[in-house]
Amino acid sequence: MSVTTSASAHPAALALAGRHRVRWWEAIPWILALAFFFAFPRNLGFGTDLLVTILFALSLDLALGYAGIVTLGHAAFFGAGAYTVGILAHEGIWTEPITSLILAACVAAFIGLASGLVLLRTTGLTLLMLTLCTMGLLEESANMGAAYTGGFDGLPSLPIPPLLGLFEFNPLYPKTQYLYVLAVLFICFVFTRTLVYSPFGQSLTGIRENTLRMHAVGAPVRARLVICYTISAAMAGIAGGIWAQANAYVNLSTLGLERAATVLIILVLGGYGRLYGAFIGAVAYMALSHFLARVYPTAWQLGLGLLLVLIALFARNGILGLWDSLRRRLRRKRAS
Amino acid sequence: MIFGVDVLSMLLGGMAAGMVLFIVSVGLSVTMGLMGFVNLAHGGFAMIGGYVIVLTMRRWGLGFVPALALGFAVTALVSVAFERLLYSRLYRATELDQVLFTIGLVFIMIASVTLLVGPENQPLILPPALQGQIDLGIIQYRTYSIFLIAVGIVIVGALWLGFERTRVGAQIRAAVDNRRMAASLGINIDRLFTITFAFGSGMAALGGGLGAEFLGLDPQYPLKYLVYFLIVVAVGGLGRITGVFYAAALIGILDFVLKKYLPQGGTLFIYALTILLLLARPQGLFGGKPT
Repeated sequence: MSVTTSASAHPAALALAGRHRVRWWEAIPWILALAFFFAFPRNLGFGTDLLVTILFALSLDLALGYAGIVTLGHAAFFGAGAYTVGILAHEGIWTEPITSLILAACVAAFIGLASGLVLLRTTGLTLLMLTLCTMGLLEESANMGAAYTGGFDGLPSLPIPPLLGLFEFNPLYPKTQYLYVLAVLFICFVFTRTLVYSPFGQSLTGIRENTLRMHAVGAPVRARLVICYTISAAMAGIAGGIWAQANAYVNLSTLGLERAATVLIILVLGGYGRLYGAFIGAVAYMALSHFLARVYPTAWQLGLGLLLVLIALFARNGILGLWDSLRRRLRRKRAS
Repeated sequence: MIFGVDVLSMLLGGMAAGMVLFIVSVGLSVTMGLMGFVNLAHGGFAMIGGYVIVLTMRRWGLGFVPALALGFAVTALVSVAFERLLYSRLYRATELDQVLFTIGLVFIMIASVTLLVGPENQPLILPPALQGQIDLGIIQYRTYSIFLIAVGIVIVGALWLGFERTRVGAQIRAAVDNRRMAASLGINIDRLFTITFAFGSGMAALGGGLGAEFLGLDPQYPLKYLVYFLIVVAVGGLGRITGVFYAAALIGILDFVLKKYLPQGGTLFIYALTILLLLARPQGLFGGKPT
């Protein structure tokens, strides 16, 4: 009898050791996404938008949900990626979709690294202000450099060549875009899932829960935060770049406070720090806004405001948090 | 001589804008300093006040000063209701919850105003005495700008006296410096905060009304100027009345000058300067020692 067996026999140790295992229900989102492709061929534009939003929310989940970096400026990286793809395609320098997506990730990662190195020295309100100002800085730069970015009007009708030289991007019937975004989302999701269950991801959770103690056990707190912020920025850049490719245009809305606030709302609505919150939140938000926002924009805003207030007051872990506590209550009832 | 006049007129215009920023932001600075509450809905109270002031003047024919007083009172009352019912539940919550809650509140305010009044801009019609130009000896300048500067200086003087010389002011200063210590000395922090919150929102209402002439007044107001208010507070330091005054004057003048000479990228410089400043002095330009 070794120590390992007695330790692994403990239920808590078992639960910890099995945390990263793939559950059966984890296939559901992907099956649904594929089913959507066949069931609603007319709504694939909306579906593509939804998948991009999930990817963007997932990138924020890494920074906010796992590392606990409260940022109001995550659209900075989304916009950086979108403008990278946009400017490269508009100037005719580089248009190939997959490689320009990688370039978008690199540019966003660079901005994330550079800003993270200085911003993440601070916490709380100062950090919030700094992320907000960084995004404002990028937005104003994009507005000013009209020669390259098109200023307020943005860059319309980007020339995007067929994917892998085979599949045409058709703006009216976005089959290719949908599957392309789905594939990229899947790769990014698998990467994120592996990352958060790795020792690196565990240390991020540790920093979120108790920074002081992580310092005390000798974890390189700032380096971990900066790396996480950079990865998150790169993923947001991919989301932005793929958004620009799927829509074939870029404008200032990719960089604004509205986009940053929306993705934050989506993530919190679904539940942050739990991977699938991005999926649930994006589906709930986008479906509601798709049907309500166009018909009753004011009522939609009122409802969204009320929802946010209610979440902040009562349901701090979003829809998935509510689901969890419901399940726990049911289980307790069954046990008693 | 022409150059001097130019500089003077720019300083005056910037000062006038800065005073509006000051009047709106001062309450935010004190409430954030007092409770560490990230209140992104502060601009919403400025908007509510602005609407009360502008609409009562136009629809009920109320005078400018009574309308300002009414706007102050109504907004202060509304904010007390919000503070007691909602804000007070979140004092110990995380920043993220406070941010979400106040963004939600901003959305509710924007939607309610759009539903009740409509989405269009509401112009402020100035009383005749404040219209036109005034002769300052050296130059002719807009009467209303001079009026704003005068009001701003009177308010900062009064607030400074209240802060430094009254019992409540001393309690607020004590609580900003060290909330736990102040509480254990028997200061009722919750009541203090309610008073400060109401007063600060009332001030924001005044700012919303006074500034409606050149900031405009439409339902998007709280989001449009949110970053400006936050920058003023961050630069001025939390819970510092004079700090917010200098910061507001500085940003008002800077914005005015930059908009004139660099109409495209003026805001860029303000963002860049704010980032540099916050990195060098996270407690703000005029804030005390970091706590």
